[in-house]
Formats: sequence, C-alpha cells, structure tokens
Amino acid sequence: MTANSRIYLDHSATTPLDPKALRKMQPYFTEKFGNPASIHTYGQEALKAVDEAREAVAEFLDATNSEIFFTSGATEANNMVLRGTMEKRIEEGNHFITSKIEHPSILETARSLEKDGFMASYLPVDKEGRVSKESVQKAITKKTVLVSIMYANNEVGAIQPIKEIGKLIRKENKKRLKEGLPEIYFHVDAVQGINFLDCSVKRLRCHLLSLSGHKFYGPKGIGVLYKQEGVALKAQATGGHQERNVRAGTSNVPGIIGLAEALKIANKNREKSSAKVFELKKYLIQKIKDQIPNIKVNSPESDNKGLPNIANISFPGAEGESILLKLDFAGIAVSTGSACSSTSLEPSHVLLAQRLTFKEAHSSVRFSLGKHNTKKEINYLMKHLPKIIEDLRKMSPIK
Amino acid sequence: MYTKEVLAHFTNPKNMGKMKNPDGVGDVGNLRCGDIMKLYIKVKNDKIKDIKFETLGCAAAIATSSMITDLAKGKTLVEAKKISNKDVAVALKGLPSAKMHCSNLAADALANAIENYQKKKNKNGK
Repeated sequence: MTANSRIYLDHSATTPLDPKALRKMQPYFTEKFGNPASIHTYGQEALKAVDEAREAVAEFLDATNSEIFFTSGATEANNMVLRGTMEKRIEEGNHFITSKIEHPSILETARSLEKDGFMASYLPVDKEGRVSKESVQKAITKKTVLVSIMYANNEVGAIQPIKEIGKLIRKENKKRLKEGLPEIYFHVDAVQGINFLDCSVKRLRCHLLSLSGHKFYGPKGIGVLYKQEGVALKAQATGGHQERNVRAGTSNVPGIIGLAEALKIANKNREKSSAKVFELKKYLIQKIKDQIPNIKVNSPESDNKGLPNIANISFPGAEGESILLKLDFAGIAVSTGSACSSTSLEPSHVLLAQRLTFKEAHSSVRFSLGKHNTKKEINYLMKHLPKIIEDLRKMSPIK
Repeated sequence: MYTKEVLAHFTNPKNMGKMKNPDGVGDVGNLRCGDIMKLYIKVKNDKIKDIKFETLGCAAAIATSSMITDLAKGKTLVEAKKISNKDVAVALKGLPSAKMHCSNLAADALANAIENYQKKKNKNGK
C-alpha cells in the first residue's frame, strides 16, 4: 500500500460504476441519443434498448416487464410508494406501518403524510436492529393499507424478516378480503439488499419494491420501482405518458442501460462476492476486537442477520467525525453515525432505535466493504485505526 | 468543508491535555449533541498564565478548543472574558454553518473557567 493510494470502505454510500456497464451506456449518450417516446428510428432504437433493460430488471426481480418502472433513484421510488398509494387509497384507509430505522426518504415522507392527516406507526427494533414480525401484526388496524419495511438497513446492515412479514401480510389479506377490509400493500425498500440477498418479489411476497442503481456498481440518478400488476398508485410526477403514466419525465436512457447491465453482473457474482466480503468483514471485526479496547459492534455478526459487507462499530471516547477525518487523512474513506455527519444535532436514528447511548452513537463508524476490497487494505486500515482511536481518547475529558 | 486553519488545529491541537491543580475549570457541552469540552486555567496577577483543554467531539469542537487556548493565553481575565464564540470562528477563518452552534463552545468554556476561578477566589477570600 503506497501513501498515495486511497482505500474506499464506504460502499453503502455509493459504488464505482462497473466498466462493463459504462461501455454499454456510452453509445446512448451520443450516437444513439434518441428519445424512446419518439416514433422515428432514433426513438425506436432507444426504446428497444430500454425494453431490453426492463426485461432484465423484471427477470432479476422475478416480475413481468409491465411491473417495472424506472425512476431517478430509490428516494423517488420510496416517495412514489408512500404518497402515491396513501393518497390514492384515502377512501379505503388512512393508516400505514413502517419502522424507526428506515431511510430518510421513507421517514421524512411518512412524517409529511402525518401532517397531511394520515396515521403512521413506526415499529421499534431489537438490539441488533431488527423489526419483528409480531410487531407488524400488532400494529395492523382496520384502516391499514400499507406496510413499508426496508430489506436491510443501510447503517448497520441488519436484515429484516421480509419473507416472514410478506407471508403474514398475505395471510392477513386473505382474511381481510372476507371481512371486506382494505388490502394491505407490502413495500420493500431493497436498496442495500440487491448485491447480496434474494430479491424475487414472488418469494418476498411484496406488492412494491424500490432499488437504486449506484448501490450495485450501476450509475447514479437511476432507480426502479416494482409495482405489482393492479396495485393502485397516484402518479406524483405528471405531465407525460412515460412509464405508463406512473412516472412522467423523459427516460434516462443511458442510466437505464447501465442499471440493467450492473444488475446482471451483480446477480451473476452474488454468491462469490458475498462470500468474499463476508470473510473480509469477519477479518476486520476480529482485528478491531484484538487491537482496540472498549469497542461495540453495532451490526449483526452472523450472515443470516446482517449484510455480509457492513461493520458498524462504536469507539466510545472518540467522536465519529474526528475518526472519519483522521482516516481520510490516511487515505481511507468511511462514514459515521455521529450528529456531525448530519445537519441535525442528534446522532443516527438507527443507532438510537437500537438503544445505543448518545456516547456510543456519536462514536460510531460504518465500514462498508465492496467486491474490490482486499485483506491488504484492511491491514493498512489497521495500521492507522488503533492509533487514531488512542489519540482521540487521550484528548477526551471523559474516558 | 473545513478551512485549512480548522484542519491545522484539529491535526495538531495546541495546549491539549489535563492540567494538574488548575485555578479554574470550565465544563461545557453535553453527550446528546456529542461535544464535551473541559478547559483548565492557571491565573497569576489576573492574567491567564497557562491554559489547557480536553475535548470529546468533532473536528470543529477540537479546533475551537485549541484556538481559544491560543487566543486566551497571556490575556488578562477581563480581556479573556471578552472573547466570543464568533471571535474563535473568525480566527479559524470560518466554520461550516451547522457547526456554528453545536460545536463552537470554546468561548463558553473559557468564560465558565474564569467564573469558576473567581468563585473559588471569593470563597477563599471570605
């Protein structure tokens, strides 16, 4: 490891674009620039490529082409789900269920809906950051029309029991049909799961699912909403017939092509890359346990409860942003759940939901590994990290 | 995001560490927002003869702690009391707006330490 090279351990924030995906995208910026909504040859050429990409996404999700809608990313898809289904179904019910550890694109939209008069339940999580099926069951009311739970948490990697919740909701819906109660839609924000988890919508038993291109080595600014045939949703962006009137706006053709290619690659390499990053994660956690006293692992350590690539660790007595900056000076990129990483004065809502103390939450660092990371890079990290923590702890008035 | 001055003080903080037998101690911040500052002063002839800090917090919290020790050292208590949080930020050539309130506590810590010194002195004087 040379002093000038940089190490990227922030793959939950974003990933580099796969060169193969880039090559596939390139012609669609220049010679094949047509608008897929145009009837002429330029347009049809672009439309054909978009259709093929749609088919690839549908295949990956175990869905049909007509159930795939391209968006600008998962944030837009999540907004579409919450606002779009709740507003559309206001006559049927005004209550939805989500969890305390969702991405801000869900939580802030949920709060905004509450201001508009909708009712929300925010489910708690256990110490490992997991929602329970039982809490979903308890929160369901006659007025419930939507449950939105993320597949895996972006800060700690906790995998949620999506298949169990999906089963429960399906069972519940059968009962509700007989009782004349509104159907409950089940939405899964699958952004962090794509690289590592089974994303068949049939097996998850979800009605809606969101994903984002740049989390799996695809381009930024492109995402997908899966919407099961027949699921009612009010369009949020209007003013065009694109995406079958569900999402107006000219299609991001190069983005769509890049996303589909990246998805194919992710699917092909899933098992191999999952196993590789999981080994590396275990190695990293063990090294930190061995070399740094008084730490707390906030991520589930077993691979059936936590994503194989996220290690969220607290170093009480040192503050997250200070650790992040000192690592950055050494050429290592990570992220933190300290308040200083946000514009609010509070640390990570996820870590607080896991009942970490403020001191622990402010001292948290997220290491999120990717398919290109190596053991050598972890060794380089471990050359710097213990000293950084020691120095910051020396500076602190509370030990 | 941070100025060169902030990063310099963060990387090589001045007057860092605990002080033995300080004449005054200032304590500010809370665990909720994540920044905790402790400032120690030694006073001679109403002047700040020595000053040290201990801080748990982000780069802004550490840099402002370091900067105030630079600004206050050698000053009379009257002069030192006049140093504001804004003065500290200006000396660091600015702080990100989000940090102006949560992490810019050093002047409060100093005022707190001077108060603590004066209280002790008055008590002993009686």
